[in-house]
Amino acid sequence: MDFYLVQFLSGLAQAATLFLVASGLSIIFGVTRIVNFAHGSFYMLGAYLAWTFVERWGSDVLGFWGGVLLAALLVGALGAVMEVLLLRRLYRSPELFQLLATFGVVLLVQDAAFGVWGPEDLLGRRAPLLKGTVDILGRPFPLYDLVLIALGPAVLGLLWLLFNRTRWGTLVRAATQDREMTAALGVDQARLFTGVLFLGSALAGLGGALQVPREAVNLHMDMAMVVEAFVVVVVGGMGSLPGAFLASLLIGQLQAFGILVFPQITLVLVFLFMAVVLVLRPYGLLGRKEEAPPPAAAAGPPFAPTGRRAGLAALAALAALAAVPLLAGEYALIVLTEVAILALAAASLHLLVGFGGLVSFGHAAYFGLGAYGAALLVKHVAAPMPLALLGAPVLAGAAALIAGWFCVRRSGLYFAMLTLAFAQIAWSITFQWYGVTGGDNGILGVWPPAWAASRAVYYEVTLALVAAALWALRRAAFAPFGYTLRAGRDSPLRAEAVGIDVRRHQWLGFALAGTAAGLAGGLYAFAKGSVFPTLLAVPQSVDALVMVLMGGIQTVAGPVVGAAAFHLLRTTLMASEHWRVILGLVIVALVLLFPQGIAGFARRLWNRGAEA
Amino acid sequence: MNRRHILHLIGAAAAAWFAVPSPASAQQPIKIGEVNSYTGLPAFTIPYRQGWQLAVEEVNARGGLLGGRKLEVVSRDDAGKPDDAVRIAGELVANEKVDLLSGTYFSNVGLAVADFAAREKIPFVASEPLSDAVTWQKGNRWTWRLRPSTYMQAAMLVEEAAKLPARRWATVAPNYEYGQSAVKWFKELLKAKRPDVEFVAEQWPAQGKLEAGPTVQALAASNPDAIFNVTFGADLAKFVREGDNRGLFAKRSVVSLLSGEPEYLEPMKDEAPKGWIVTGYPWDQVKTPENTAFVEAYRKRFNEPPRMGSVVGYATFTAIAAAIGKAGSTDGEKLLAALAGLKIDSPFGPVLFRAIDHQSTMGAFVGRTDVKDGKPTMVDWRYADGAAYLPPDDVVRTLRPAE
Amino acid sequence: MSRLVVENLARSFGGVHAVRGVSFRLEAGELLALIGPNGAGKTTCFNLLNGQLRPDSGSIRLDGAELVGLEPSRIWSLGVGRTFQITATFASMTVRENVQMVLLSRHRRLLGLWRPAARQFRDEAQAVLERVGMGGQAERPCGVLAYGDLKRVELAMAIAGAPKLLLMDEPTAGMAPGERQELMALTDSLAHEQGMAVLFTEHDMDVVFGHADRVIVLDRGQLIAEGAPDAVRADPRVQAVYLGNAA
Repeated sequence: MDFYLVQFLSGLAQAATLFLVASGLSIIFGVTRIVNFAHGSFYMLGAYLAWTFVERWGSDVLGFWGGVLLAALLVGALGAVMEVLLLRRLYRSPELFQLLATFGVVLLVQDAAFGVWGPEDLLGRRAPLLKGTVDILGRPFPLYDLVLIALGPAVLGLLWLLFNRTRWGTLVRAATQDREMTAALGVDQARLFTGVLFLGSALAGLGGALQVPREAVNLHMDMAMVVEAFVVVVVGGMGSLPGAFLASLLIGQLQAFGILVFPQITLVLVFLFMAVVLVLRPYGLLGRKEEAPPPAAAAGPPFAPTGRRAGLAALAALAALAAVPLLAGEYALIVLTEVAILALAAASLHLLVGFGGLVSFGHAAYFGLGAYGAALLVKHVAAPMPLALLGAPVLAGAAALIAGWFCVRRSGLYFAMLTLAFAQIAWSITFQWYGVTGGDNGILGVWPPAWAASRAVYYEVTLALVAAALWALRRAAFAPFGYTLRAGRDSPLRAEAVGIDVRRHQWLGFALAGTAAGLAGGLYAFAKGSVFPTLLAVPQSVDALVMVLMGGIQTVAGPVVGAAAFHLLRTTLMASEHWRVILGLVIVALVLLFPQGIAGFARRLWNRGAEA
Repeated sequence: MNRRHILHLIGAAAAAWFAVPSPASAQQPIKIGEVNSYTGLPAFTIPYRQGWQLAVEEVNARGGLLGGRKLEVVSRDDAGKPDDAVRIAGELVANEKVDLLSGTYFSNVGLAVADFAAREKIPFVASEPLSDAVTWQKGNRWTWRLRPSTYMQAAMLVEEAAKLPARRWATVAPNYEYGQSAVKWFKELLKAKRPDVEFVAEQWPAQGKLEAGPTVQALAASNPDAIFNVTFGADLAKFVREGDNRGLFAKRSVVSLLSGEPEYLEPMKDEAPKGWIVTGYPWDQVKTPENTAFVEAYRKRFNEPPRMGSVVGYATFTAIAAAIGKAGSTDGEKLLAALAGLKIDSPFGPVLFRAIDHQSTMGAFVGRTDVKDGKPTMVDWRYADGAAYLPPDDVVRTLRPAE
Repeated sequence: MSRLVVENLARSFGGVHAVRGVSFRLEAGELLALIGPNGAGKTTCFNLLNGQLRPDSGSIRLDGAELVGLEPSRIWSLGVGRTFQITATFASMTVRENVQMVLLSRHRRLLGLWRPAARQFRDEAQAVLERVGMGGQAERPCGVLAYGDLKRVELAMAIAGAPKLLLMDEPTAGMAPGERQELMALTDSLAHEQGMAVLFTEHDMDVVFGHADRVIVLDRGQLIAEGAPDAVRADPRVQAVYLGNAA
């Protein structure tokens, strides 16, 4: 009994941190609809800044808590600066574009933290007067954790007061429920957003700062936290702070007790939980339908039906690419092979995002499962490459059929997070099922057979298959299938009223996108010779989304252009050890210069030329 | 980052695509490709890079190799991703025309590059990845490894653990191959020596996401006599702090992998655990001529004390230089022949690259942790030569795929 | 047999009876107006009829087939078309493509993966647009149309589905008086030509009494009057709850 009580308290302490960070994220998302990937970075910055302050002044109570608070406020100010300098310029872009900007910020902060605080983990001071433990039913429990436990509800209470008893809070709540309305009421939206970014980021910073007495501050804190914070927000129900509070409590307890029942479950526990909650409850635990965000990608201008000239241009580009082996070296072929494969992966995601309005955070799952499909066939039944390449889309497509059936029943960020949950489940299976997948050591020796062993031949094979698949995807997009996806995105109401079963169609779209991504994954496996669970991991999914957004979601060529731009940039920059800061700056610059994406920008130039 | 740096980068990028390198001449440098997780795990890899830089500078200051050719290292970040590493290896081989590949930290990155090396028929000296698979189950003709494997390090600790009176053991290890195989070997080898021990609890936190309070509490609940720990880095610091808080380590023995390495021990400052049995590197106490010379040179060059990574980087490139010298050529087959049975002097003492499984006999220091003058350190240490902790040859042969 | 038979339809939201005990019939080729003050339950009625909402009880039969419990898309395929009070079109498509979508749906071609959608049923779609006077704007994106034109596109989409029953929620709201009469005259002729039954709600009493064959009146979820336009106009209960309010 005493043991379970102490375990329960440990879970509560963990929950408090989660709640602080997640509440900030929830507030920011609720008002601005920005999927803020940089939130974890602010959490990490809070920890680093607090470490610095606490090292300097933290020997007494005032210095310690003053340092923690100062760190939180500074991080809040940084969040406000990000809003003013970056996000504010993007409010008229497609909603997701801000996600790309915050991704650039993530890269910048990673490198900046490394530059300022160095590579080593930093163990900070413990909180003065709170170093010891108290006995709870005969078991020692850290005093500091008791403070954290009290802090969670305290912050919830303060936020409640702020939102229910102040004019500013009322405005924020109104904006959460109806942005247009508040704009119509003459509220200065820009100032409101800056304030919200300040508050949300400060909460993240506070969450980070409070970790200093508990753990070593390190460069991996951002990624470790941001995904979990999203999970909390979505499980609790978007727009609901009590929901976020409840979700953090549940997740804290799940982690505390889950490891007792099944210690190996640590990898996937929270995602399993999220999947179950979202399958059972469309708006999370305490979320309400009215507070659910609109579909993430709103209807845009019509896709330009590409004319004969564009078709000829694409053919010419293909011919030029096919001729590259005559000129370029081996490495160029390696990179171009990858670009072609990633272009297909991005195009498959674009089918969902651009046409269906379905933003997936877990598309890498199907790319990775395709790679595994091919690799498993090669390893376990010695399949020849063509057969393995056939198996890749089959496995990925089958998985997409299963996951898609659940996912399309949710919309907006709930859909996105459910796809992420399924991707993480798939990832953990490849990670932990040693007997079949080789676990994190992966599957080696998946090289092309002798006839395709040369880089040039494999490049041509890839180019041919990718071109054919892209052509087929494009046909599908402009065939009734793609139109129907768009119809479901433009107006689900109208679509249903003209006999379209929107869910079923989205489900099939999800499966088709997964199948195409699977083919890309199979090709990737043979290009690399080995497959690893990293192919299904979150960063891979984020990269795919970044490619689609970089290219621009409202053009057909967007994902191809985006994949090429992102991959060429990344591979080129990686020759420098500061590639993250450069890539981050490039992304931020692109976002500011081309708020319609690269291909969107090009199309506008083209159109302007045509009109003139 | 200045403009010249950027121009250089753009130039390099352009060259990367179309450069057609001229054939090697007598005075052209010998190029070694190096891949590591500089952004993924800088705490280890930055000292590691300084280590190999020192080795390369020393070789070149002595006049280079093969009649005056300088050693040149082309180093790249793999961001901790195996697929990036394979592409970079391709770039290094195709564009930079390197004669040998080296580096890698994470086991899956090491294995991916090893597989690539075997396909491209280019020697690969893996410096850090600890997985047994690198030299055993997935071993190949072209791949060699410097650091003692998970098996070897577990065996070193088992030797000490078996001497403890403890009979009830609990384990805590990161939930991936390294943690799993460390625990597997520790259990197997300890049970062989001490049939009376039992393992009463195990915890598998996700790497980098250890929930310290619940984990410590869960371990304490099983009331073990001793704990075997495999977590490292930020997880370790969290675990130590929380375990200390809650009295987990009081009256219990702890045996801990890698925790004596300066990169993991020193950040814990005066809170570092005392009396843990660990593998590591007490750099300031090892007074052998080899280590003293290395530490002095390193401090002089970089103005900071060496880490474990520094030794690994230094020894890797010492070995590479020695192999090239012994081969008298940069030909791949000749390098393989030279690496088989190659002997070098590392800061840890003599190291032999075994022909039988391509594993070097580099060892580790086994001792107890302590805190002196507010600084963590190792006491009662001894050098455990890797050669003594490998299975018999006939067993090793069964572990490697036939060539 | 009547085209549409509604019996005892009821639906409440959290204790509030939006619709209760509503029964009426509608014959082929007939225009029936559903009127009532704001909040009387008209739109709820429509949502129940086309399956967007499920009734708590009651039955809805189209040519004898029960519709209650079916999905909206299924109800549409049985022959129930609809226009919306707040127009709902596919904003990223052209006017013609909007109509083509309906034709593709009607001919079960939605899963086609190869032939471009824009080339299928093009002439049929154009013909329907000509019919509602939108032929000249077929190439324009729906997102940029004027409100009255959107209403016409909605009508075109509805009739392209060749419905047996057409539900029109405020078909002429926001239009100029001339346009209103024109649109309703069009609807009128379509209904009589094709034997289509039309149920519509309308605020403009000129439209109602000018075009409806019959009128039913809803107040607070209940049907309070039914009959020929002139009879309903004269009904004192109707005048009390509805026309009285308006006057």
